[in-house]
Parts: sequence; structure tokens; C-alpha cells
Amino acid sequence: MPNEFVVGFLPLVDACLPILAREHGFAEAEGLSLRLVRDISWATVLDRLLYGHSDAAHLVAPLAIATTLGRDRPAQPLSVPFVLGLNGNAVTLRPELARQVGTPGQLGDPARVGAALAVVAQARKAAGKRLRFGVVHRHSSHNYMLRYWLAACGVRPDEEVEIVTVPPPFCADALEAGEVDGICVGEPWNSVAVERGAGEIVLVTAQIWRRGVEKVLALREARLEERRADVEALVRALRRAGAHFVDPANWDVNAAILARPEYLDGDAVLIRRAISDRLLLARGGELVHFPDFMFQHREAANFPWVSQAEWLYTQMVRWEGRGFDPGDAIRAARVFRPDVYRSALLGTGEPLPGASSKVEGSLKGTTIVGTQQGSITLESNQFFDDRAFDPADLAGYLARLP
Amino acid sequence: MRIAIVDESAMRAAVIHEGLAALDDCEIFVVTDRRGLVARIGEIAPDIVLMDLGNPSRDVLEEYFAVSRALARPIAMFVDESDADSIAASVEAGVSAYVVDGMAAHRIRPLLDLAVRRFNAFARLQADLAEAKGKLAERETIDTAKRILMDSRGLPEAQAYAELRRTAMNQGKRIADIAEAVVTAHTLMGGR
Repeated sequence: MPNEFVVGFLPLVDACLPILAREHGFAEAEGLSLRLVRDISWATVLDRLLYGHSDAAHLVAPLAIATTLGRDRPAQPLSVPFVLGLNGNAVTLRPELARQVGTPGQLGDPARVGAALAVVAQARKAAGKRLRFGVVHRHSSHNYMLRYWLAACGVRPDEEVEIVTVPPPFCADALEAGEVDGICVGEPWNSVAVERGAGEIVLVTAQIWRRGVEKVLALREARLEERRADVEALVRALRRAGAHFVDPANWDVNAAILARPEYLDGDAVLIRRAISDRLLLARGGELVHFPDFMFQHREAANFPWVSQAEWLYTQMVRWEGRGFDPGDAIRAARVFRPDVYRSALLGTGEPLPGASSKVEGSLKGTTIVGTQQGSITLESNQFFDDRAFDPADLAGYLARLP
Repeated sequence: MRIAIVDESAMRAAVIHEGLAALDDCEIFVVTDRRGLVARIGEIAPDIVLMDLGNPSRDVLEEYFAVSRALARPIAMFVDESDADSIAASVEAGVSAYVVDGMAAHRIRPLLDLAVRRFNAFARLQADLAEAKGKLAERETIDTAKRILMDSRGLPEAQAYAELRRTAMNQGKRIADIAEAVVTAHTLMGGR
């Protein structure tokens, strides 16, 4: 009798790995009966996790840290043994704004699009009608990536532009109704806005940070300890699901599975585009191929680097304005659990890095890194402004940011 | 006490409202429209907000609570951190509650209990409705199967029904299942 394991998720393309681990029997092969619970707000996904309706959740990474630190809710320590993927989000603007600041027919250069946007933002502020952006949650990578990009381009979030929360299913509506001028959201919601003519994609977040941490598998720390063996089994199943997900031979079948009513309840054509790193930027245009738009598997993509958690903490501090707290920094770093990932995959053929933390954004080209097991070649992981993040000096990094 | 019920289902909101109306000293506001939700909550300035867990605007409202200065005091999640049973019952029933910080637990608890009961009552109502619909559909299938037997074998209605019942008993199945099989077979054999 396989052990039941319940995972909560939001209907987004990057909920793919738990869904495919169930559908293709990878979880079952590890002795787990995976049950997936779909919700439509992060608040509810989180409540189910905190009150024991689910064992684990597909979660925006910063929310796992915010929950551990007791932001907005009583503190509850969460643990992340597995990163479900990197990037996969885009910045979509209302068509007239996109044409003003973007590069028609292609993804723009982030610095150039940002500079053009800064001009518009100034004008709109002067006119008393600040530009407004929608993100999916304030504790989301979307929020941090958008703010990182804007700030590096000389646009001050909260002062010169407004950033508000818009649930993903309403992003296209909000653009169409003019409630927001732009959105930063995951797929398929950018593509839905494009299909409706409500927006045009100007950037993908992989252009802002080539290897930016996105969704994670989060559990309550206590639940992780109680079900340690099952969690490790799940990590192995998710790795296999990742290998299946990135294989072009499986794109059609996987898009069809994800599109089902019980999962994304969406359009398989749009989902397949995201899976294959191809996007339609504007209605009536050509598909644009941007390699590693979504990044689910290569380069030990699912390894929970402690430095990723620390980077997220610096961004939380940066935008909350509560000041850097060394104790919080340590608690945030502990949310990511490379030890669990390692013990789950030790002795399998899966590559395991030698270190658990790295300088983020420092690699300009391909680099072979030291491993505990297997071999790993890392490609460029830069931020678009060439700034590197050294986890040895969080306060110094924060002080140098614009 | 000012209570805002945020629910995209007007029917459920009405059921909750009706339940809470019995409480003394409560002013109740129902918000069903997603558009302008945050502004509306600002106007109402509620002491308690009840919202169903399936509402996609929960993240929007939580952001508002976290960053807004519009309400005099911050709003805390659920009743009391230590009141785990009450919270579990809420999540089970599918209702989330946001409460103005500092409000006495003894005032909130009965209200939340009532809300949970109303949510559960509504869920039962829906289940009953679904069951009634299912029964109606079964009734129609049985009627169709009876007509097929009457037409193809020239049986009177009572005997057609007795045939269905006898077969069901012999096979240990429900009459509705046998009727369904008859209808399916008839369609496959070229009947309407």
C-alpha cells in the first residue's frame, strides 16, 4: 500500500513536476501515492499547508521565507528540500506601452527597455497618474525580479511606480481594463493576455537574472522530519519528472496533461509554448524561442542553494524597509535544505554539487564545478546589470544596491 | 462589530449573512464583486472579514492588510494563534477570517463558530442539490430504458419496469445502472 502524500498547487505551468510525477507513475515507483490539491490563491495553498491539509506545497519561494520569518502571519518554520524550477515568468505591458518601450517582434534588452520605461514613468508621475504594475504576490519572485529590474534602471518602485497584487487568472482582465499598465506573472497568463490582445510581452525574467529561483516545494519543518523517507522518495520522483519534462519528445503529451481541467484547466497550445521555451510576444507575430525561459532540470536546477534563500532574504529586506537582521538572515538561509536533497539522491546517478552555496550571478560562461557525485557544468547565471551576489556579505550587498 | 462577508457566490454570502444576522450588535456587509474590493473594504472598515478559501482575491486582500494604513489597526490572521482547533475547523469548512488585532477572542470565537456552521450548512445544501439532480437524471434514464423495452419487446410499462428491477436484483446492481446499460446498448445498436 503506497503512502499517500498530498501536494497543494496553483494552476501554473511550473506546477508541472508534481503533476507529471503523479501522471507518469514516478511517484508510485517510489512507493508514494501522490494526491494533488488545486487552489486559486497562494494564501489558501499556504493555509492548507500550515493546517495540515497538505504535506507539501508548490509555493513562490519568497513566501516560504516570509512564513518562516512570521511576516503577515504567526511564524511557522518551513523547509524547502527541492526547487521546482527557475524563471518561467515574463513582463507583459499594455500594447501601447509595449510599443513605446519594447523592441517589436523580439524580447528587448532589459537595460534599454528599462531606460525607455523610466522616461514614461517620470512623465506619468508628473501627470499624477503613476504607472502601475501587477505581481502575483508581494512575497513572490515576480515582485522581486520586477523591482530588481526597475530599480537597476533608475525607476524607484513604490515612489515612481506602483506595484500591486493581481491574481494570475485576472492579469489579462486587469491589463484590458487599464487597472494595471503591466504585469509580471508566470505562464500561461502572459500568453493568455497576448492572445486576447490585452498585452505584449517585452521581457522574460530569465533576462533579468539568467538563473533566478522561482517555485519551490515547501513543507512544514515538522512534517518534513515526520515524513523524511517519503519526502526523499518524492525528491527522487520529481527529478525523474524533470527529465521527462525537458525532453522534447514528451512536450505534446505533457502539455495535454497539464491542460486538463483538474490541473491548469487551460489551453494545451499555450502551455506547450512555455514548455518549449517559445513565446508569442504580440498577437499576430511569430513565435520567439528563448532558451531556458523555463529551467526545470539541467545544471542541478532543483538543488536548493542556500545562497538563493539568502538572496531572497536580501530582497525582502530591501523592499520592506524594516532593516537587515542577522538572526532573520540565518533563519531564512535554513529554509533551503540541501542536506535533504543530497541524502535523497546520494547513490543515484543524479549530480550533486560539492558546495551548498555559491556566488550568484558571477558566471559569464560555462564552468565545470566541483561535485560530490556526477558532473555539473554551470552556464552563465548573470543578473542583467552584472552585479554579483556574494552570500558571505549580505549587508554589504544590500548597501551597494541602488 | 462590523463584519464584512467577501464571497463571489451571492447565494453562499446570503446563507452566511442570514446566520450571522442572529447575533446582537453586529453590522453585516456583503461584498460579492471582485472589482473595487479593496476600496470597498476600506470604506466598510470592518472589524472582521470572512472570506471563502476558494476566493482568488485572498492574496489581494492580504496584501492590503499588510501594507495599508487605511484601517486603523493591522489585521491578524484568524482568531488567535493558540486557537488551533478553531482554525482547523475554519480551514476544513473553507472559510478564512481576518480580525482586527486586539479584538477580544471571546467576542470572535462564537462568531467564527457560527460562520463555520453556516459554511458547512451551505456545503451540505450544495451536496443535497447535486444528489437531487443526480436522482432526477437517474429517473429520466430509467424512463428511457422502460420505453425502449416497451417498444422493442411490446411490454406494458409495469412489466418493463419489473424486468429492469429483476435484472438489477439478479446482478446485484442498481436499477439505474441497468437502465443506463439498456440505453447505452440501444444507442450502440443504432437506436436513438
